[in-house]
Amino acid sequence: MAERRSADRDGDLPVYLARPGTADQLPRQKYGGLFCNVEGAYESKTIDFDALTVGQRSSRSPRATNREELKPSKHQTNFPSSHSEREAKDTVQIKHAFEKEAPQHLDKSERLLIKGGRIVNDDQSFYADIYIEDGVIKQIGDNLIVPGGVKTIEADGKMVIPGGIDIHTHLQMPFRGTSTVDDFSQGTKAALAGGTTMIVDHVIPEPGSSLVEAFERWREWADEKACCDYSLHVDITHWNDSIKQEVLSLIKEKGVNSFQVYMAYKDLYQMSNSELYEIFTFLGEHGGIAQVHAENGEIIAEEQNRMLEMGITGPEGHVLSRPEELEAEAVFRAVTIGSQTNCPLYVTRVMSKSAADIISQARKKGNVVFGEPITASLGTDGTHYWSKNWAKAASFVTSPPLSPDPTTPDYLNTLLASGDLSVVGSAHCTFSVAQKAIGKDDFTQIPEGVNGAEERMSVIWDKAVVTGKMDENMFVAVTSTNAAKILNLYPRKGRIAVGSDSDLVIWDTDATRTITAKTHHSAAEYNVFEGMELRGAPMLVVCQGKIVLEDGNLHATAGTGRFIPCSPYPDFAYKRVKARKQLAILKAVPRGMYDGPVSEFSPMSRGGTPSASTRTSPTKAPARNFYQSGFTLSGPEEAPIRPAGRRIVVPPGGRSNITSLS
Amino acid sequence: MSGTGYQGKKNIPHLTSERLLIKGGRVVNDDQSQYADIYVEDGIIKQVGENLIVPGGVKVIEANGCLVIPGGIDVNTCLHKPYLGTPPVDDFYQGTKAALAGGTTMIIDHVTPQPGESLLEAFEKWQEVADKKSCCDYSLHVDIPHWHEGVKEELEQLVQEKGINSFQVYMAYKGLFQMPDSQLYEAFSFLKELGAVVLVHAENGDLIAQEQSKILGMGITGPEGHPLSRPEELEAEAVFRAITLGNRVNCPVYITKVMSKSAADTVATARKKGSVVFGEPITASLATDGSHYWSKNWAKAAAYVTSPPLSPDPMTPDHLHSLLSCGDLQVVGSGHCAYSTSQKAIGKDNFTLIPEGTNGVEERMGFVWDKAVAMGKMDENQFVAVTSTNAAKIFNLYPRKGRIAVGSDADIVIWDPDKIKTITAKAQQSALEYNIFEGMECHGGPVYVVSQGRIVFEEGKLQVQQGTGRFISRKPFPDVAYQRIKYRNKMMSKQGVSRGMYDGPVYDVPATPKYITPAPSAKTSPTTHQPPPIRNLHQSNFSLSGAQIDDNIPRRSGHRIVAPPGGRSNITSLG
Repeated sequence: MAERRSADRDGDLPVYLARPGTADQLPRQKYGGLFCNVEGAYESKTIDFDALTVGQRSSRSPRATNREELKPSKHQTNFPSSHSEREAKDTVQIKHAFEKEAPQHLDKSERLLIKGGRIVNDDQSFYADIYIEDGVIKQIGDNLIVPGGVKTIEADGKMVIPGGIDIHTHLQMPFRGTSTVDDFSQGTKAALAGGTTMIVDHVIPEPGSSLVEAFERWREWADEKACCDYSLHVDITHWNDSIKQEVLSLIKEKGVNSFQVYMAYKDLYQMSNSELYEIFTFLGEHGGIAQVHAENGEIIAEEQNRMLEMGITGPEGHVLSRPEELEAEAVFRAVTIGSQTNCPLYVTRVMSKSAADIISQARKKGNVVFGEPITASLGTDGTHYWSKNWAKAASFVTSPPLSPDPTTPDYLNTLLASGDLSVVGSAHCTFSVAQKAIGKDDFTQIPEGVNGAEERMSVIWDKAVVTGKMDENMFVAVTSTNAAKILNLYPRKGRIAVGSDSDLVIWDTDATRTITAKTHHSAAEYNVFEGMELRGAPMLVVCQGKIVLEDGNLHATAGTGRFIPCSPYPDFAYKRVKARKQLAILKAVPRGMYDGPVSEFSPMSRGGTPSASTRTSPTKAPARNFYQSGFTLSGPEEAPIRPAGRRIVVPPGGRSNITSLS
Repeated sequence: MSGTGYQGKKNIPHLTSERLLIKGGRVVNDDQSQYADIYVEDGIIKQVGENLIVPGGVKVIEANGCLVIPGGIDVNTCLHKPYLGTPPVDDFYQGTKAALAGGTTMIIDHVTPQPGESLLEAFEKWQEVADKKSCCDYSLHVDIPHWHEGVKEELEQLVQEKGINSFQVYMAYKGLFQMPDSQLYEAFSFLKELGAVVLVHAENGDLIAQEQSKILGMGITGPEGHPLSRPEELEAEAVFRAITLGNRVNCPVYITKVMSKSAADTVATARKKGSVVFGEPITASLATDGSHYWSKNWAKAAAYVTSPPLSPDPMTPDHLHSLLSCGDLQVVGSGHCAYSTSQKAIGKDNFTLIPEGTNGVEERMGFVWDKAVAMGKMDENQFVAVTSTNAAKIFNLYPRKGRIAVGSDADIVIWDPDKIKTITAKAQQSALEYNIFEGMECHGGPVYVVSQGRIVFEEGKLQVQQGTGRFISRKPFPDVAYQRIKYRNKMMSKQGVSRGMYDGPVYDVPATPKYITPAPSAKTSPTTHQPPPIRNLHQSNFSLSGAQIDDNIPRRSGHRIVAPPGGRSNITSLG
């Protein structure tokens, strides 16, 4: 059948569509850069192109009858192979996942048919039915032939979108012996309730401890409790050669492809410029994504001192000591380092206009940089830091802080809609009021973090789509598809297509809900979006092929979440980087030897102030040290010709006026 | 006539007999042009106007309708900056001669103490040398090679007693002059209190060091490695950071040597946002570009080595002139720091050792005229502003310098817009054996140069005497930089929110220090004795937790969660 169809269509379809389609999961090879279609993305997808041209379901009936005869044969022949191959692939890639899946296989046999929905991917929308089996999308199209006893969901023309991917969470994050109130179970429940079916959490090893051990610990916590699929970023909190090896093994063996570094938190996590350079170079070579927390930690430390000295100890000190431009400065610096090292850069938590502007300028200049605004920066602003209610003010404390400029959310939504910012995370990191109160007398001690996993999708829908800034396809791109591409999980995640995971959401564009801490699923007793009325909400959420949210009721089971390993070199980021690597080879100019006179100079070693170089990293390069000894260099260079008597031994800045032209 | 009767030292109007009348010229200041005669006596402009009544026996210069402009002020020269013990070939004598020949009647030189050396001593050394050799008035910037507690006292003394109001800090030269951001913050804060202008050499030294080792590792040792290891964006990044620091501290920032488009754009954008920042392109960046680094002739390529490097983008000079014309960049320096070819050859096998510096003090005014005024980008008043007046204002010399007005110093140039000159090393005043502008044709040049009321340059001939230059002391708090700062200081005083005490439950922080990162604070300057209350998420805070807990709730020892760091306990501890 496939052959027949391709024969039919060869004439009028692009080449990649005309290839004989098979439903099995070929290792997908992708070509083209950035938002290009993935080669094979249309393969084995039952997209009804006739329907697209007309745009109406009903008007498609005449030809549909024709196809009806053909379809069964195709799907019946293709199913077994597709399934087995997929299993085989999964067992290779994610062994752990399968151990856990076993007990749920009863549920897994759940078969779903979603009828009458409008499938919205990041590139197009079309009406089609979806048939799901074993947690994988098996068929997409009209009038699907499905086995009996299938649970059918009527979508009634509502949007069916790929489940959201929240690329930035801090669930169960340890903090001074306690941990955030939302653990993996609570946090993923909140995520599911908001239409997010996958989270990517940050592993934060303590400086000095092993990255791999921390990673394993996080895996353990998450495997035990997560209700949806998850993946992990690892934060690099210090840097040395053994960390290098750990990073390598995380990339190669553990399925981590993104690593966060900090430009803030002086004396704790902060990295110097040269360390950043080394880390970026290393990640660039091994296909990782460098994520940065971009704030100038040095200046923050000074400003914090100043604020405390001025007697400002409340949460308003937080935003006063971390002004917007420190964020912009650090973003600028990170972009510079990223472009020098030719490493893709991902800026977490874009909170201010100026930081977002820097990113969009850099993208216009061609830098490979992605910006991630978070729910809080898109939905609210920093005026609340001045609230008279300490607990309320403290609940907004996060870093970089929310901008006090009330037009910021609008601006960030605009840049998100235009593609200058790429993905939306939530940075969900919730502390109870009692935990926040650790800093009641000193704002620098307030634990940082805001909620947002549950509200993320709705905030974007309400602020960007409803206001007409963004279309529904872009909505899918920023909430799900782009994240999947950056993590190299596309098209398994982030797309509704045959063979993709059946994480999907029926999105009710008309629903309105008022956010309040009373009804949210997070364990925190406050909500930074309290009282906000948001249009757009998930009506039904399918995660791993099972219905987890229906009629407002959550049926999530802790421990069902699988770890999804990410592979390095995501095309979304690395296609350009690879091409540039080949271009950027620098060449020396071939010259004859300079054989003129060489001025004598005294290789003084007096320039080295003892304290100045203590912080330089051990791999330090031969920097231009004007006055420092050039022992190694001057040795070979000068040895043959040095007339010892000719050295001009003058006091520094001495008054001798020898031009030494010899 | 030149130098007759002179042997006195500074501050004494030593040329009492010298009287000059400049007739028939168009007097051009930065705000207006007018036809007027100028009468000069005792090195000072006594009268400006028409039909002046002057004593007899006065020497008369016929300007013949040429422009009469305030003498140029070159704010960036290094005439005594030693490199590995060898001084540049242009010392204060050669250098100021070249300056005068180009229409510049005052220079401000950089005092470059070595790390560890006393700033005061270095300053005195420079002053001594300059007093002996300089042919025109001069002043000095002092570079701060290293920030520590002792520097503060010296800075205070330099500002209050020695008449220095500008200090340079470096963001490049890692391991030598470079300061980390926190030291820059302290330096900016302190200099602001003194009312000084902070000059910044803006390049990201950390990244340069990395790039240099990478490029040397690739086997690139020639001068082309210099621009390759110092790409434009490192300059732009550092400019951005310097401006951010300046905004935070509320301190005027002056970027020396703006060499690239993106750095200039960064300055321009910041000014539009209201930052008090000044940008100084130099002769080399305004007149030539960095394509010569790839010259097959090593000596030629090396001659262009300066930091930040000249941009390889040939459109750069044009762009910088545009920004200069519209006022986004304010001052033109020369960055004159002349090392002979044999000195440059110290780095013949390693570009990082090539001494940095280009010539430009003589060509400075000519190229601004040729490339900006003659091209129609700039008018003659703006020309005066960028070559002289703005510099005088920023460094608090105005209106003594930088203006033709009664009472101002008689540093006057008669400028012929039609003069054509071809730049060549053969004809230059500098002692260098090369000129990076070799062969370029330059429209516009000085016909007469009057310095301290004496004619020092007349029809192509210099008549100077070394030692005639006076040190001009400068007062702190220049208005053009500090007026806005003062108002902003008043505006910016921040206030906390007065709240009732938080009396809810407080999570009990375990008081045992889990770990303290030992090393990283080693580099913070000795001033910060008290541990900065930065947000150390995992670190203990003795004083705070003690006070907190006792204040509100009785310590319940059973409540404390003693978990291993990152332990799995999931107690929400809401109390």
